[in-house]
Amino acid sequence: MTETARVWLNVGLVIFGALTLAPGLIWLERRLLALWQDRYGPNRVGPFGILQSLADMIKIFTKEDWIPPFADRAVFVIAPAVVAVTALMSLAVVPVAPGIGVVDLNVGLLYILAMSSLGAYSVVLGGWSSNSKYSLLGGLRSAAQMISYEVFMGLSLAGVALLAGTFDLRGIVEAQRGMWFALPQAAGLVVFLIAGLAETHRLPFDLPEAESELVAGFHAEYSGMKFGLFFVGEYLGVVLVAALVSVLFFGGWLGPGLHPVLWFLAKTLFFICLFILFRAALPRPRYDQLMAWGWKVALPLTLINLAVTGAVVVARSGGGSP
Amino acid sequence: MRRLRPGLGLVSTLRTLWRVFLHSFRRRVTVQYPDEKPDLPARWRGRIILSRDPDGGERCVGCYLCAAVCPVDCIALQATEDETGRRYPAFFRINFSRCIFCGFCEEACPTYAIQLTPDFEMGEERRESLVYEKEDLLIDGPGKYPGYNYYRVAGLAIGGKDKGEAENEEPPVDLRSLLP
Repeated sequence: MTETARVWLNVGLVIFGALTLAPGLIWLERRLLALWQDRYGPNRVGPFGILQSLADMIKIFTKEDWIPPFADRAVFVIAPAVVAVTALMSLAVVPVAPGIGVVDLNVGLLYILAMSSLGAYSVVLGGWSSNSKYSLLGGLRSAAQMISYEVFMGLSLAGVALLAGTFDLRGIVEAQRGMWFALPQAAGLVVFLIAGLAETHRLPFDLPEAESELVAGFHAEYSGMKFGLFFVGEYLGVVLVAALVSVLFFGGWLGPGLHPVLWFLAKTLFFICLFILFRAALPRPRYDQLMAWGWKVALPLTLINLAVTGAVVVARSGGGSP
Repeated sequence: MRRLRPGLGLVSTLRTLWRVFLHSFRRRVTVQYPDEKPDLPARWRGRIILSRDPDGGERCVGCYLCAAVCPVDCIALQATEDETGRRYPAFFRINFSRCIFCGFCEEACPTYAIQLTPDFEMGEERRESLVYEKEDLLIDGPGKYPGYNYYRVAGLAIGGKDKGEAENEEPPVDLRSLLP
């Protein structure tokens, strides 16, 4: 196989995988939430209701795609695309297994952080361009939430990068041959999990949407496939954060016995299910609680973690001045 | 603002997660309705029927009490009489798209004619199909009151049954014969 063919095959595989995983996840989430609420969830369309998302998709495609007359048209249309595109772009650098993965950037980790920061624009722009008060409040909240969570999301990963000595995600996985970073970077893991949840604005941190107070927050004015795109983007974000947690802290494809791809998928699926469990179990914190927790607890925690990790790395490499 | 206590919050959060996870092994409460029929109580108020007395005659005497008590005015009927003097409804119509299944008609009915049954599966494609006429409402049996026959206990003279011939009824007293 030529190099170009291999690249295109990988691109196709990742895009196809991610875009089929997203609707599959919607089904999985509804089934799991139902399980934890002693219900059944969608179980009528196809075996175990697995085609439910397909039916929903047909429905959403045939819906009127309405742009409110008071909205800022151009921005309104672009906003939902941004979230899906940035999530897909970040998935490009996620190493699935040796030889599988679109690109291996030597700044992969930074690239993903950059992309997730860009993704925040989608929510902010969507909230702003809708020109409605609930959307604006949602956009405003997400702006504050994402800016503050971005800070220690990056810092929590700095420890991993220090231990691995590289920003390349493949290199980080290879560095975990001896021990998963989940152990030495336990604090970083916890903070990253929470920051990742906040970054994808999933349920415990879904303040930008907050159905019970803001109608639907930033996407209150969206309908049809534009709303669908926000939805797909959110689930792509979940896949991304779950994949990142398994790559950065749980050794990615490394594992005994099974095929590397299966290891990667199993770990990612585990974290996806964990995120759904978070959604099933935890209530949404108040806005000021979220911000206070971010700046007063998580940020100092990551800074201490970073300082200790740095000290250990320096001491191990012979100590003293470089 | 309350002081932040991250430690306690973490413990309680983990406990919450665990206890929600344990729900994976609970029995699900959903009744899978079309496959699995629900257990309805005997007094469930569903589709309304008109019953017949044990002799097979219509119980309804066309007194309009059900139509009068109906809070949504979904019952329409017209009383008439046959040649023997027995009253019955010429037509009896219930609009089930209005009916709220309150059961007032059953309570008001003096002859146990109108009764509510535990059948609720009345879905229709067209609204007009929800208007039930007498032939849709009448059933062949006596419903919840098997032995009851209004015209056999009422002191009313109709064809084939004169005054004093009803159950538990004394023959009429001739007032003039009581003179001393």
